[in-house]
Amino acid sequence: MKQVIVVGNGMVGYKFCERLRKQIGEEEVQVKVFGEELTPAYDRVHLSDYFQGKSKEDLQLASRDWYAAQGIQLETGVMVTRIERDKKQVVTHDGKIHAYDVLVLATGSMAFVPPIPGVDKKGVFVYRTLEDLDAIQSYASKCKSAAVIGGGLLGLEAAKAVKDMGLKTHVVEMAPRLLPRQLDERGAGMLQITLEEMGLEFHLSQQTASFVGGEQLTGLQFANGEQLLTDMVVISAGIKPRDELARTCGLSVGPRGGVIVDDHMRTEDPNIYAIGEVALHKGMIYGLVAPGYDMADCVVKQLAGEEVKAFTGADMSTKLKLVGTDVGSFGDALLESSKGRSIVIEDRYQKIYKRVNISEDGKKLLGGILVGDASAYNMLHQMMMNGMKLPPHPEDLIIESKGGEQAVGGGVEDLPDAAQVCSCENVTKGDICTAVKEQGIESMEQLKSCTQAGTGCGGCLPMVKDLMVHTHKQMGKEVKQVLCEHFAYSRQELFSLVKVKGIKTYPELLKEYGKGHGCEICKPAVASILASAWNDLIVKQPTIQDTNDRFLANIQKGGSYSVVPRVPGGEITPDKLIVLGQVAKKYDLYLKITGGQRIDMFGAHVGDLPDIWEQLINAGFESGHAYGKSLRTVKSCVGSTWCRYGLHDSVSFAIEVENRYKGLRAPHKLKGGVSGCIRECAEARGKDFGIIATEKGWNLYVSGNGGSKPQHAQLLAADITSEECIRYLDRFLMFYIKTAEPLNRTSTWLAKLEGGLEYLKSVVVEDVLGIGEELEKEMSQLIEVYQCEWKAVVENPELRAKFRHFANSDEKDPMVQFEPMREQKKPVNW
Amino acid sequence: MTYDTYNIPKNEKVTSWVFAGNATDFTEEGGECVLIEGEQIAIFNFSSRGEWYASQNICPHKQQAALSRGMIGSEKGEPKVACPFHKKTFSLCTGKNLNGEEAAIKVYPVKVEEGKVYIGWH
Repeated sequence: MKQVIVVGNGMVGYKFCERLRKQIGEEEVQVKVFGEELTPAYDRVHLSDYFQGKSKEDLQLASRDWYAAQGIQLETGVMVTRIERDKKQVVTHDGKIHAYDVLVLATGSMAFVPPIPGVDKKGVFVYRTLEDLDAIQSYASKCKSAAVIGGGLLGLEAAKAVKDMGLKTHVVEMAPRLLPRQLDERGAGMLQITLEEMGLEFHLSQQTASFVGGEQLTGLQFANGEQLLTDMVVISAGIKPRDELARTCGLSVGPRGGVIVDDHMRTEDPNIYAIGEVALHKGMIYGLVAPGYDMADCVVKQLAGEEVKAFTGADMSTKLKLVGTDVGSFGDALLESSKGRSIVIEDRYQKIYKRVNISEDGKKLLGGILVGDASAYNMLHQMMMNGMKLPPHPEDLIIESKGGEQAVGGGVEDLPDAAQVCSCENVTKGDICTAVKEQGIESMEQLKSCTQAGTGCGGCLPMVKDLMVHTHKQMGKEVKQVLCEHFAYSRQELFSLVKVKGIKTYPELLKEYGKGHGCEICKPAVASILASAWNDLIVKQPTIQDTNDRFLANIQKGGSYSVVPRVPGGEITPDKLIVLGQVAKKYDLYLKITGGQRIDMFGAHVGDLPDIWEQLINAGFESGHAYGKSLRTVKSCVGSTWCRYGLHDSVSFAIEVENRYKGLRAPHKLKGGVSGCIRECAEARGKDFGIIATEKGWNLYVSGNGGSKPQHAQLLAADITSEECIRYLDRFLMFYIKTAEPLNRTSTWLAKLEGGLEYLKSVVVEDVLGIGEELEKEMSQLIEVYQCEWKAVVENPELRAKFRHFANSDEKDPMVQFEPMREQKKPVNW
Repeated sequence: MTYDTYNIPKNEKVTSWVFAGNATDFTEEGGECVLIEGEQIAIFNFSSRGEWYASQNICPHKQQAALSRGMIGSEKGEPKVACPFHKKTFSLCTGKNLNGEEAAIKVYPVKVEEGKVYIGWH
């Protein structure tokens, strides 16, 4: 058995472990990994997401359990201090000795800190590890401004991060332009304008001579005599390979650092490999992950005894989103290494810059730059990588055709099979198409788990999906929207079956029209269909509900639940408000006012829910259905009763509408709003339905959305009466409920609806299908049978008994734990 | 308590069976959590298959004690449970994570005799 030791547990070190275990099991190769940082390898590429609220665990590439399950011995917080090549062993900082047969150096790099006087002052940071980020975040809370030294990829990333912390942000770059390695002057200029508008300030062609201040930094002194006052500095001026270990054991390193390796990642010592940012290959250090992964692959293949292609260097093309604008740079972007001619478009209104470099003979794409709109990146990159033939008018590559069609001439069908579509996992077009054809793949999930494509950075997913759809088309295969492996029907079909056959339970439907034993996809989808069809109490079928519906409350971090009583239109009496306070106090609940104008009470033990609700119901409250894919709130502004601008009484109408549709279950949650005038204080156009008062009546807007893809609701009918508004709403909601796919909000549903808004209008307003009356009737049947779900539970001892953590003990879940925060409580972090 | 503390007997070597509750205490086609010697164990009454399963109650993904509140079902015939937090699914037979790279959960043998449910404990 071979003993492999990996020094370094960064992204490349981790990838090495992952690839190794895919090929070689524990019985052949033992693996020990030493990581200097305290946490297992995390995603450094998305480091700034940490500031956006991602936790350390979210960024982790694999948990400790994964290493354990793979039989990999991971030791974090352990530093290898010496390699004894003659004895084939390493020594760690605690004096322990570990023998190896093969040693893999994946020590990566550290931030390059230029030797500037004053660099040791408080307030000078680098941007490299999670610890750096913690330090920056805690120091920034005392600061008003920050300067980032370095206008490269990582520097701009760091600049965005400090700007998001609310600091005035400066970027200092030695070169006369941003991203000097990726962009030309005009592209960089365009990027700069965009970033300046977002509030970043740039200091180009500036060399920092010293850091000014006493113990704490107060500013920068530039070489040209100018000064910049700032409270903190983040240095992001490049990387320096961590080659100390290699140096001290006598391996050759480059003049500017990096362990010299051959085309097979071998150092001078045949038992030692170097991969990732510590490896110097043909004078190059590759500061991107994809080449590092290729190197890891190369070593794994050698250990597995497979034939290995020589590593001949890597494509340094990049596409990224910088502070909200797209930037892409591929191939010979600056026309430095080959002869060619460029086609450039520069649109200073939309702030878009595109450049493609074409070979002298006009036949090949050599490289290019995209700023502001990088949607063509994947296709252009593929054309360049595969030497594909250019269209007759190469300018079409970057000029949008009049119809707004995608500019690039060729679609995915023109790509050669060898085209590498996913560079993280090295998956080609051929791999993807073959998998789709030969393994009968029908979904992206299947395709991802089968080929690994798109499981890395995810940038190639749109192209992977296009390839799947294209292959299906080629095969003449119509891929039907089916619920899951248990039901070969779409949601719309199942809805009709349930209605027509009068099916009331999940087991009935599964027996008649499904197979197997169900799953977490079809159970809640069918539960939703049954509820939308019959509006029966969902607690009667508890085990097909998502946990929120099963316990009629929203599960929160730590396993406690939150309670949201209905407050129609956001109108509440003092007496009711006092009851909420009293209940919260009694059960020690955290209170927060929601975006939907009601009050959310967090931190309830599952066993306390019935008691809490009993008291709320006694005070006149009803379930708010915050846990369901159902109507949430109808938000309102104060309206004409109080507001001097109000045209109609928006509060009364909101309450009427909310009470009409309360308890209505749908493919996804539903939110509404009513505004008393065009000032739109209820933000009704951000809702699934929005009603806005006009001089003559109401305007009804539909299919708006906040959330991850904000979208304004669109006008369905103008200047209508309250009665008309309700009628159209009945039809619109019922039509959506009957035809949408599971978990599609109204905005997504409308986007997919053939014919779009015009078709929707013709169905709802003009009733071209002649189903208007039927839709209204179905809605009124649902409204008629409404009952408060919580009232039903509170009054039924058998149902109440279902709300408990342990079946055999009255004890509360001891893992539900809280800690204080701002005079209330919060769950302890997970 | 972390899930690492769960010990697990191999089915054939079970020497002690611990009483977990009456079969009627367990919701059909779903899970319940029981406390056994200080450990949280999820027991699943997979009535449509006429089978019972038990596992640790804690999901390895975010260490939340909630697998008993998850939905059960099958994937290509294999019985599974989905954690209610992020829908990580685990085989009820082997404990293997079926839709990701989480560590496997520990599963326990279950037997039902005269309407009483027992977990194989040692």
